[in-house]
Amino acid sequence: MNRIEGRVKVTGLATYAAEYPVEGVTYAYPVQSQVAKGRIARVDDREALAMPGVLAVLSSERPPELAPEAEGELALFQSREVAYRGQIVAAVVADTYENARAAAAVVRVEYQPQAHDVHLSTEHPGLYRPKTVNPGFPTDTGHGDVEAGLAAAATTIDVTYTTPVLHNNPMEPHASLAYWDDLGRLMVYDASQGATSGRDIIARTFGLPRDAVRVVARHVGGGFGSKGTTRPQAVLAAMAAREVGRPVKIALTRHQMYDVTGYRTPTIQRLRLGADADGRLTALEHVAYEQSSTVEEFAEQTAVPGRVMYGTPALRTAHRLVRLDVATPSWMRAPGECPGMYALESAMDELAYAAGLDPVELRVLNDPETEPGSGRPFSSRNLVGCLREGARRFDWERRDPQPGVRRDGEWLIGTGVAASTYPARRMPSKAVVAAQDGEFLVQIAAADIGTGARTVLTKIAAETLGVAPDQVHVEIGDSDLPDAFLAGGSMGTASWGSAVFRACEDFQRDGKEGHADTAEEIAKDAELARHAFGAQFAEVRVNAVTGEVRVSRLLGVFAAGHIMDATLARSQFIGGMTMGLGMALMEETYTDEEFGGFLRRDLAQYHIPANADVPNLEAVWLEEEDEELNPMGSKGIGEIGIVGTAAAIGNAVFHAAGHRVRDLPITPAKILMPRF
Amino acid sequence: MDITLQVNGVSRAVDVDPRMSLLDLLRERLALIGPKKGCDHGQCGACTVLIDGRRANSCLALAVAMDGSEIVTVEGLAEGEALHPLQAAFIEHDAFQCGYCTPGQLCSAAGMLGEPGPSAVTEDLRADPELTPAEIRERMSGNLCRCGAYPNIVTAIAEVAP
Repeated sequence: MNRIEGRVKVTGLATYAAEYPVEGVTYAYPVQSQVAKGRIARVDDREALAMPGVLAVLSSERPPELAPEAEGELALFQSREVAYRGQIVAAVVADTYENARAAAAVVRVEYQPQAHDVHLSTEHPGLYRPKTVNPGFPTDTGHGDVEAGLAAAATTIDVTYTTPVLHNNPMEPHASLAYWDDLGRLMVYDASQGATSGRDIIARTFGLPRDAVRVVARHVGGGFGSKGTTRPQAVLAAMAAREVGRPVKIALTRHQMYDVTGYRTPTIQRLRLGADADGRLTALEHVAYEQSSTVEEFAEQTAVPGRVMYGTPALRTAHRLVRLDVATPSWMRAPGECPGMYALESAMDELAYAAGLDPVELRVLNDPETEPGSGRPFSSRNLVGCLREGARRFDWERRDPQPGVRRDGEWLIGTGVAASTYPARRMPSKAVVAAQDGEFLVQIAAADIGTGARTVLTKIAAETLGVAPDQVHVEIGDSDLPDAFLAGGSMGTASWGSAVFRACEDFQRDGKEGHADTAEEIAKDAELARHAFGAQFAEVRVNAVTGEVRVSRLLGVFAAGHIMDATLARSQFIGGMTMGLGMALMEETYTDEEFGGFLRRDLAQYHIPANADVPNLEAVWLEEEDEELNPMGSKGIGEIGIVGTAAAIGNAVFHAAGHRVRDLPITPAKILMPRF
Repeated sequence: MDITLQVNGVSRAVDVDPRMSLLDLLRERLALIGPKKGCDHGQCGACTVLIDGRRANSCLALAVAMDGSEIVTVEGLAEGEALHPLQAAFIEHDAFQCGYCTPGQLCSAAGMLGEPGPSAVTEDLRADPELTPAEIRERMSGNLCRCGAYPNIVTAIAEVAP
């Protein structure tokens, strides 16, 4: 079965947020702060208001009314304080995009600037211990005595890894189209990973009852977390539409996205590992330093994977955060696991070399019986199976561990391995199934951001009802449908699938209508450690002259419960691995220390993998039976593909070049550095 | 400014703002939402259309300069209900996820298949090379896909390539 929306997507008929035909639409264009910190003294909009076609200028001069509950990045124009360079400080609404853009350029904002601080370091005096890290994990955990474990170890390593600011960069820029109908109901077409949560956030921001807001997101051009929470452009569109009494469309530019749609915090991670003479861990310590803005606390759960991965008598994981004059970081594919596993799995490779052990065997040796951080049993854990299968497919047995010795002309060749993990959770959702003209209509406010949700929910409904998939019509992407969890945390299919499955069961009682709300069922889920696992193997070619790195082969082997659709699953896995390749070798946003804000705010400077960067990429999986997950026996697969990829590639670069780069991305300059 | 252009075989007379890109003309005035705005700077390829038979980034073309041009967007690839072979191959090989880069990938591939000559990865620069996967990857690298559907895009195009 091919993707249900395939035909509308290849014929250009699929409607993304900015593409709904709405009569009398107008255009908003934001004005961004030129300073990193300060106070807005005055916004002079006289020249802008005199420009052709301009309908309104919004700013903190006359703050449009929002509810007191409006918070963080969504409380547009409610304060005159500037928290970071690039923050939205005004907006122009005009009859055409060209007129709005031209007028935005002549809005004069006068600032009383203050000295800014945008530099993350482990020495920053403002570092503190947040109460929890996302999405509610303890900040610091541990057991045993790390110092004693390190002292008793036969081999120890103490290394620091750093990762840069990373931007999600979905292909569809964040966009919203909003209008207020005659009854005062707010309609928002939004680039959103969750219609239900988007509706709730917008309603709270405007002080409206939930049923006075409708959010529609039938097709979403990727999100990777950045559309998981409502972004400022949705509030701006709604606010501007109220101001001018007409529909308002705003599509952020690629440059603007870098400032106001979130990013992955840069991290500095210190890993201290100790192993005994056999290679068994005696201690594991993982401390992550990261940033948030002065607007909101966002504490990425970077050191959390250490609580899941390896058995050790002494474990310490900790997070320290500093609030800088920067934009607020946000969710990006596998938050926590992605940067955290890069550092942990690179450090494990270093430990393997230091101890003279094979990196696959080191991981197998330290595979725990129960979850190290909690002591809970795993619902299923097949990391060892993934490592073994990957090693077999990669001919790992014949690998010479000696770094820097394989050469093909100018090219040095190396291979590397790393483990992957991602939590397998689910959240309450509701669904309705009804018989309609001989077909079955399934309704749930799920989101398809490219995962194939529409298709997989159709399959779940068809299988549960015992009918052909073409008799099932699944309606998603609209907050007027039954409430559902958002597409995030690799929880979409597990959450929505559970609700659709139960609604279909309920339907079969009378054959007319079925309802489900999975809140009670999920509350009763047993206390188990539920995670997907995987192993990533990379082969790289490093040019000895130029330092260029090419990934010649990438293999991911995953154990993620029952795989419900092989085609869609493979696409998710290889997509995540491709993003991991970008993280390893090219993706990086610079922070402008001089003026604040970000540099390289476009796709010509922030490089994401292009077609020619991805020559040979395979994803396979072990069939895993796990009855402790959900009715489908599935684990989420949207994020695990990016976890471990950068470490596998970095480890392969070390094996090829004989030189360890501990700072992402691994660019030619860093490869060649030891020569100068 | 008044211009007349052919869009998907239909003559369209429009009065355009001289600041307007061809992409914005198509999307905001002619209700053709197939061409996508991904970067508006010619960096991502999501807006790729065929201008007089050649693939081009429509965000980099000013609408006023298109007077008399023939434009084909993704909406114009199919023959009625019959999909273009590339469109059918993209569906069959799951060559997209979110679908936002897809119209650009398809128009780019349609244009690419008609482009003679060597590329940066062609060994014999005098030859008209066979479209191997390496050639397809090279020639399609102006169209970014953040979902990472590249291997499937290459498979789909290879199936249609002569």
